[in-house]
Amino acid sequence: MKHLLSAADLSRDEAVLVLDTAAELAAVTDRSVKKLPTLRGRTVVNLFFEDSTRTRISFEVAAKRLSADVINFAAKGSSVSKGESLKDTALTLEAMGADAVVIRHGSSGAPHRLATAGWIGGSVVNAGDGTHEHPTQALLDAFTLRRHLREGSGDLDGLRVAIVGDILHSRVARSNVLLMRTLGAEVTLIAPPTLMPYGVESWPCSVSYDIDTVLPDVDAVMMLRVQAERMHAAYFPSTLEYSRLYGLDVARMSRLPDHAIVMHPGPMNRGMEISADVADSPRAVMVEQVANGVSVRMAVLYLLLGGMKEDI
Amino acid sequence: MTSLVLRGVRPYGEDPVDIVIADGVIVDLAAPGTGDGEVIHAEDLVALPGFVDLHTHLREPGREDAETVLTGTRAAALGGFTCVHAMANTNPVADTAGVVEQVWRLGQVAGLVDVRPVGAVTLGLEGERLAELGAMAHSAAEVRVFSDDGKCVHDAVLMRRALEYVKAFGGVVAQHAQEPRLTEGAQMNEGELSGRLGLAGWPAVAEEAIIARDVLLAQHVGSRLHVCHVSTAGSVEVIRWAKARGVDVTAEVTPHHLILTEDLVQSYDPIYKVNPPLRSAADVEALRAALADGTIDAIATDHAPHPHEDKDCEWAAAAMGMLGLETAFAVAMSTMVEPGLLSWRDLAQRMSVQPARIGRVSTQGHDLVVGAVANLAVVDPDARVVVEPSGLASKSRNTPYRGMELPGRVVHTIHAGTPTVLDGALA
Repeated sequence: MKHLLSAADLSRDEAVLVLDTAAELAAVTDRSVKKLPTLRGRTVVNLFFEDSTRTRISFEVAAKRLSADVINFAAKGSSVSKGESLKDTALTLEAMGADAVVIRHGSSGAPHRLATAGWIGGSVVNAGDGTHEHPTQALLDAFTLRRHLREGSGDLDGLRVAIVGDILHSRVARSNVLLMRTLGAEVTLIAPPTLMPYGVESWPCSVSYDIDTVLPDVDAVMMLRVQAERMHAAYFPSTLEYSRLYGLDVARMSRLPDHAIVMHPGPMNRGMEISADVADSPRAVMVEQVANGVSVRMAVLYLLLGGMKEDI
Repeated sequence: MTSLVLRGVRPYGEDPVDIVIADGVIVDLAAPGTGDGEVIHAEDLVALPGFVDLHTHLREPGREDAETVLTGTRAAALGGFTCVHAMANTNPVADTAGVVEQVWRLGQVAGLVDVRPVGAVTLGLEGERLAELGAMAHSAAEVRVFSDDGKCVHDAVLMRRALEYVKAFGGVVAQHAQEPRLTEGAQMNEGELSGRLGLAGWPAVAEEAIIARDVLLAQHVGSRLHVCHVSTAGSVEVIRWAKARGVDVTAEVTPHHLILTEDLVQSYDPIYKVNPPLRSAADVEALRAALADGTIDAIATDHAPHPHEDKDCEWAAAAMGMLGLETAFAVAMSTMVEPGLLSWRDLAQRMSVQPARIGRVSTQGHDLVVGAVANLAVVDPDARVVVEPSGLASKSRNTPYRGMELPGRVVHTIHAGTPTVLDGALA
C-alpha cells in the first residue's frame, strides 16, 4: 500500500497487520532509548493546514522514534497564508525530497488530491481532511479497543461500539464506521437527527437518536466533540439541551456494562458532551488513546515507507 | 454576391438536397448536384438550423484570462452555434445598457455568432434592487433575457416584480433556482455519496422549492418564466405540473446533466465541480425523458470557462463550472439522438428553434426552408471524436469529457449566410 487516505483502503488483514505492528512498536516506547533506526535517512513532512497540536505532535513523535527526518510545515505563518496553492506547496515538498507527506487539511478530499494529481511521488497519509476521514484516529481507536477488550490481538469481531455526537461533521466517525466494520465490530451512531449525515441509513452501521437505550448493550462508547457554535446553525436548540439528551454524565455512564470503556478523540468539551467526572473516571481511556496514537502512526509510517522488520 | 451551395446535404437527416444560400438567406432547396454557386461539400452530412445557446459565460469583461467574446464565440461556432446568450455575471456585471452594449459590440466585431447579452435582474447580482431592465431592453443589444445566473433571485417580491416588469418589452426572467440558505457552502449533490465523502450537500429541494415558488408566481402575475439548468427529477415533475396548468414556463438542461453523474465526484477531481451539481443516475434519466417529451424545452450549455489554476487544486477551493460549447452537440447525439429519444427534427427544436423563441431572437431558429436566414449547423452523425482539451478553441481547458469518445462532429457552421466553420476548422 502506498497511501493511507481512507480507512476503507485497509482490508481486514492489512488493518490487523497495522495493529500488530503497532503493538510491536509500542514495546519500543517502554525502552529507555525510545528510538529505532528503521526510517533513517527518510524524510517525513507534516503538512498541516489546520491547527492540530495533538495530531501533529503524535505524527512527529512517531516519525522521530523511527529515526526519520521530520519537517513540520504549518500553514499559518508560511507562504500558504500568503496564498500559495496546495499544488505549489506540494511541488516544493517534492523538490525537497519528501518520502511521505502527512497532511491535515480543512477541505475534504485534499489528501486524495495530493496523492492522485501527480504533484508528488511520495506516500500520502491523511491526518484528517475536512469532514471526510481521519484514518489513523480510527486505527488508534481500534488499537485501544483491542487492548482493552480483545487482549491485544486479532480483530474486533462481535464488539459493539457506540459513537455519540456530531456525526455529520466528524471525520473520526466516518473512519471509525469503516474500520470497525472491516474489523468485525458493530457500530451504532447516536446523535440528534440534525447531526446525522444525509443517507446515513445506508452506512454499514446502526443509527439511534436515543443514547440511553443503546448504552446497556455496548462494549465501548466513543464521545465526539460537539462545537457550541453548531447551536447557532440550528443543529440543536441549546448546549444545555444537547448535554442533557446526548452528553455522558456519571448517571448515564452507569448504564454501561461493567467492562465497557469510554473513549474520546479529543479535544474534549468538559460539561458539554462529557462531564468532568466521566472524563476523569478510570473507565475513560483518553490518555491511553494518545499514547496509542503514537504507536499506530509509527506502524503506518513504517509499513508505508517499507521499514525493515529486523530493525524493530 | 455569389451564392453558396451545400452540396448533397440531408436536412434533418432526410433526403439529400443542395441548399443554395445567397444574401444571407436560403434561396433554393435544389436536387442534389444541381445547385449553382460556390460548392461546400456536405454529402451524407446532416443539416440543422444553427444552434442557439441560452446560457453561455463569455467572461468578458473582467475575466479575459478565462475566456473572451472572441475565443468563446470561436468555440461556439466550432460547436455548431450561430447564436449565444452571454450571461450577465461579468465584472462589471451586465446590469446597465453600457455593459450589454459593450458585450454586444464585441460580438459584432468577432462576427462569428449572434451574441445576445443577458441582462442582470438585480444591480450587481446582489438581489436587492432591480437593474435598469428597460434600458437594457431598449439598448442596441435588445436584451430580452434577464438573469442573475450564478445567484438566485431569492427574494419573492423582487422576483415577482421582475417577472411583471419585463412583460413591457417581451422579456423573460431566467432563474438560477437555488435556495441560498439550503445551499450554504454546498459542494456536491446531497445524497448518500456526499455524506460519505464529507462534502457539504446541495439538496435537490433547494432547486425544486424555488421552481415551485416561481411557477406559481409566474402564473399569478401572468408572466413568462424560464428555468436555467434544471438538474433534478423533482424539478422536472414541478415543471411538468406547471405546464399542465398552463403556466408560461420554459426550461433548459445542460449537456453535462444529461450524461454525467455525481459518482465522478468520488475522485475529488474539481473538473467535476459544477453548479447545480452533478446529480444521480435517476435524475439523469428523468432529465433525458423530460427533454424527449418537451417538458424541458432546450439544451443550454452553461459553458463556464475557468483558468487552469482554478481547477488544479483541492475540491473546496476550486471554481464551479465546465466547458460546454464545443461538446454540446456530441453529448446531445450520445444521450438523445443515438438512443432514439430525439429525432433530428426534435433535436433542431431543442437546440435551435425553442431557445431562439425563448430568447426572442427573430433571426435564429428558423426551419430549413426557402426564405429562412441561413444559420446552419452541418454535422457528421457517423464520426466519433475523442475529446482532447488542448484541441479546444476555448481559452480554458476545463472540459469534463477529456479522453471520452463521443459520437457526431460539427463539420460546417454557417452564420447568416457566411461560413464560420468549414471542415471542422474556423473558416
